[in-house]
Amino acid sequence: MSKNNSEYLIERNDNVYEVVIGLEVHAQVTSNSKLFSSSSTKFGAEPNTQVSLVDAAFPGMLPVINEFCVKQAIKTGIGLKAKINSKSVFDRKNYFYADLPQGYQISQYKYPIVGEGNVILDMPEGQKQVGIERLHLEQDAGKSIHDVDPSNTLVDLNRSGVALMEIVSKPDLRSPDEVNAYIKKLRSIMRYLGTCDGNMQEGSLRADVNVSVRIKGSTDLGTRCEIKNVNSIKFMQMAIIYEANRQVDLIEEGEEIDQETRLFDTKKNETRSMRSKEDAHDYRYFPDPDLLPLEITDEFIDQLKSEIPELPDDKKKRFIDEFKISPYEATILVSDIDTAQYFEEVVAKMGKNRDMKLAVNWITGELFAVLNNKNIEIAHSPISAKNLAKLINLIKNGTISGKIAKTVFELMMDGDIDPQIIVEEKGLKQQSDPKALEALIDKIINDNREKAIEYKQGKEKLFGFFVGQAMKASGGKANPQLINEILKKKL
Amino acid sequence: MSEITSLTLYELIKNIKEKKISSNEAAKSFVDRAEKSKKINAYVTENFENCLKLSKEFDDKPNFDLKLPGIPIAVKDLFCTNEVRTTAGSNILNNFVPTYESTVTQNIWNEGGILLGKLNCDEFAMGSSNETSFFGNVQNPIAEDLVPGGSSGGSSAALVANLTPVTIGTDTGGSIRQPASFTGTVGLKPTYGSCSRYGIVAFASSLDQAGPMSKDVKDSSILLEVISSFDKKDSTSIDFKRNNYSSELTRNIKGLKIGIPKEYRVDGMPDEIEKLWKKGIEYAKDCGAEIMDISLPHTSYALPTYYIVAPAEASSNLARYDGVKYGLRSSGKNLIDMYEKTRSEGFGEEVKRRVMIGTYVLSSGYYDAYYLKAQKVRQLIKQDFDQAYNKVDAILTPSTPSSAFKIGEKSNDPVSMYLNDIFTVPVNLAGLPGISIPAGVDKNNYPLGLQIIGKPFDEQTVLNIAYSMEEKINYKNNITDWWMK
Repeated sequence: MSKNNSEYLIERNDNVYEVVIGLEVHAQVTSNSKLFSSSSTKFGAEPNTQVSLVDAAFPGMLPVINEFCVKQAIKTGIGLKAKINSKSVFDRKNYFYADLPQGYQISQYKYPIVGEGNVILDMPEGQKQVGIERLHLEQDAGKSIHDVDPSNTLVDLNRSGVALMEIVSKPDLRSPDEVNAYIKKLRSIMRYLGTCDGNMQEGSLRADVNVSVRIKGSTDLGTRCEIKNVNSIKFMQMAIIYEANRQVDLIEEGEEIDQETRLFDTKKNETRSMRSKEDAHDYRYFPDPDLLPLEITDEFIDQLKSEIPELPDDKKKRFIDEFKISPYEATILVSDIDTAQYFEEVVAKMGKNRDMKLAVNWITGELFAVLNNKNIEIAHSPISAKNLAKLINLIKNGTISGKIAKTVFELMMDGDIDPQIIVEEKGLKQQSDPKALEALIDKIINDNREKAIEYKQGKEKLFGFFVGQAMKASGGKANPQLINEILKKKL
Repeated sequence: MSEITSLTLYELIKNIKEKKISSNEAAKSFVDRAEKSKKINAYVTENFENCLKLSKEFDDKPNFDLKLPGIPIAVKDLFCTNEVRTTAGSNILNNFVPTYESTVTQNIWNEGGILLGKLNCDEFAMGSSNETSFFGNVQNPIAEDLVPGGSSGGSSAALVANLTPVTIGTDTGGSIRQPASFTGTVGLKPTYGSCSRYGIVAFASSLDQAGPMSKDVKDSSILLEVISSFDKKDSTSIDFKRNNYSSELTRNIKGLKIGIPKEYRVDGMPDEIEKLWKKGIEYAKDCGAEIMDISLPHTSYALPTYYIVAPAEASSNLARYDGVKYGLRSSGKNLIDMYEKTRSEGFGEEVKRRVMIGTYVLSSGYYDAYYLKAQKVRQLIKQDFDQAYNKVDAILTPSTPSSAFKIGEKSNDPVSMYLNDIFTVPVNLAGLPGISIPAGVDKNNYPLGLQIIGKPFDEQTVLNIAYSMEEKINYKNNITDWWMK
């Protein structure tokens, strides 16, 4: 169950601290080829099979910007309601590492492609706006593999040069719950846009987490620590809780917090110092002379704006207005683009006589339960939206009862079978013929004359007994509403 | 057949097209002469056998429609050549064999040129005398123990020693024009963005530009026509309309306005350079040009600006030579130790000096004072030229402040060495085309060059002025083949 409050405060002695969090999210751009080369970006290929001469930084090789990645970044910027900068510059971030073939990462430093924007979070206590500082494009590095060969580090350059969007938030987040909501919302927006698949297992989305604490009510920012490269929401939350408490403990002991970069050890559930401010790299940023500044016209942005699909916030509003569902239900249904699409398809397929309540309940109830149990994405649902809509219509028009529907639902999963066929083949159609039901009920009353008398004398509990007997006699197919009506009349 | 090797490119093409000389005969002549000219040390890597083979193949199936039909050509070892070792004059790339071809050299092979071999140069093109090469000094064929200039020193030496009919160099601060000046040959640095940088080992990306080096102006126009092309693989390549430089070459420069920048009259400039310049002005007048005094007020800042911008870019461009992927790898205790040993052993003194300068000027706390300021000054230098070109069509200056010097004379004095680039560097900073043509000799009979600087993309005017003045100057090198004796 969701809490009705996402506040996170730390109390020590008489002091109440709040935690201030800013995130730098690294989102892999959905693109077939890399940011500055035509190599494939497909995940899971054999090491060093997706590496061009540019990716491996051979002498004389030059980067050429992939226009598609630029479009993806701009679309994401539009999704974040952010300013798209008409001029941005690629810089070189210089440092040596074995999996960084050029000896520098091409990134954007002073002039990012996307400026300030914001994201709306739906929290239990209401909506919260989180500011976006900037979004910039940069290359990913390769991968150093330390655990395959006992004496050597191996390098896989498949990831080298893959396009990343670094999305920097303002320090507007105040709790692990908000961080959870923020990451999910970002992921949702990017999946709607098709600009990042948000797959955290494959490393498509990871974050550096900046954490500081302060006495609640204070407006000054405390000294922050940056926790590098955390790759799941759960770990981000654990790291924040550990780090915030560590900082509060230091303050309570009268000690200073050092501004430093820390690593989160997922096994020990603690953060550890990686390097202090004094040891910070001097990246010697300067504009990459191999690349011209990126100039983006208003027409180009307008064209991309026209390609932007309906985004979660708008979709939610429309669902509430158009389908008369609750804000809570709408939030759940729009949170993932595939769920929203599934829902909309069910609605469309239900036709004129649609029942929103049933649709929402079946999707968020039965269907979600199955998907969760089987760990399947809704995009690969064993029951198609078309057939779920049919099932809902069979309930709505009284062909089957809700109870029978559950049996039919189970049977549908075996190859997305049309519920109509199941109902017919298994003879599950609800008995709604009043004459047949009257005969059936007459027989039951006859067979249980004593109980019928007891009922008439006031033992009203027995009504349920007769309903049960009638359902049993009909093999569960009798229309329960009709049974009720007939029984009331006859008894 | 020493005659073949002394022909100009134009003459050689004509003879081949008229079937008076076969490609294979030409290749043999250049190879034979190179075998007798080892003392020059022009070659880092010879491609002689392959060249002879390919020339025979050309003769079997000749295509005389090509612009360089079966012409053997040696190139600076900064151009990556497919399956032929490419060292950039450095130990760190001593064993490096590319699997790809630079666009500029590919353009040459596409027009029928055949690779003779790779020519010596200063390490990563950092030098003005070819003395920083890991593969040793190059002798200037003009006189023994004289430097051929740099960084394209192997190219200028090979050209003037008749080891190749034409060649290509690269010019970051004067590396084509200064060696041309030191050897009495012609060297053209085109407008930045004319020739693709794809496949050229990078020194300073915003300044590097490939260009032709030849015995006369016409040959440079022929070669420029081949190598200048728009290339999508180089984001700084520019898609402008390129002339047919050789067919549009004319000596009619009547009425063209040529500017003489007063700021190029630098302190301590030898009298003979001053005299050469004055002579050049007279020649230009004789050709029908109108001479005008102009001012390029920020000239004196060009050299310090260059020696911030170029090392800054170089320090980053050379970071990829780390022993991980290709080239030299020294063994080390760990990654950092391996880096340090590889780069200590792989790079020479001058490269290390520039990497350190470059790292320094980009460091936080120094960036604004050096790199950022240098970029601003660079803009001012560009504006100087823009303003001058409102009044004139081209600018005439000396190519270098002195003639060629002796090997070892300046190698312990980097600043005096850097001063060599004083007239050439502003042209790179402004991205303009510039040519050096031989214009006379000094008291030792060493060649001296004049530089003609043009408007952006106006190589044709530069070539035309040079072509016209060349006729009046009528300079001839006196090569004695001393190294063969």
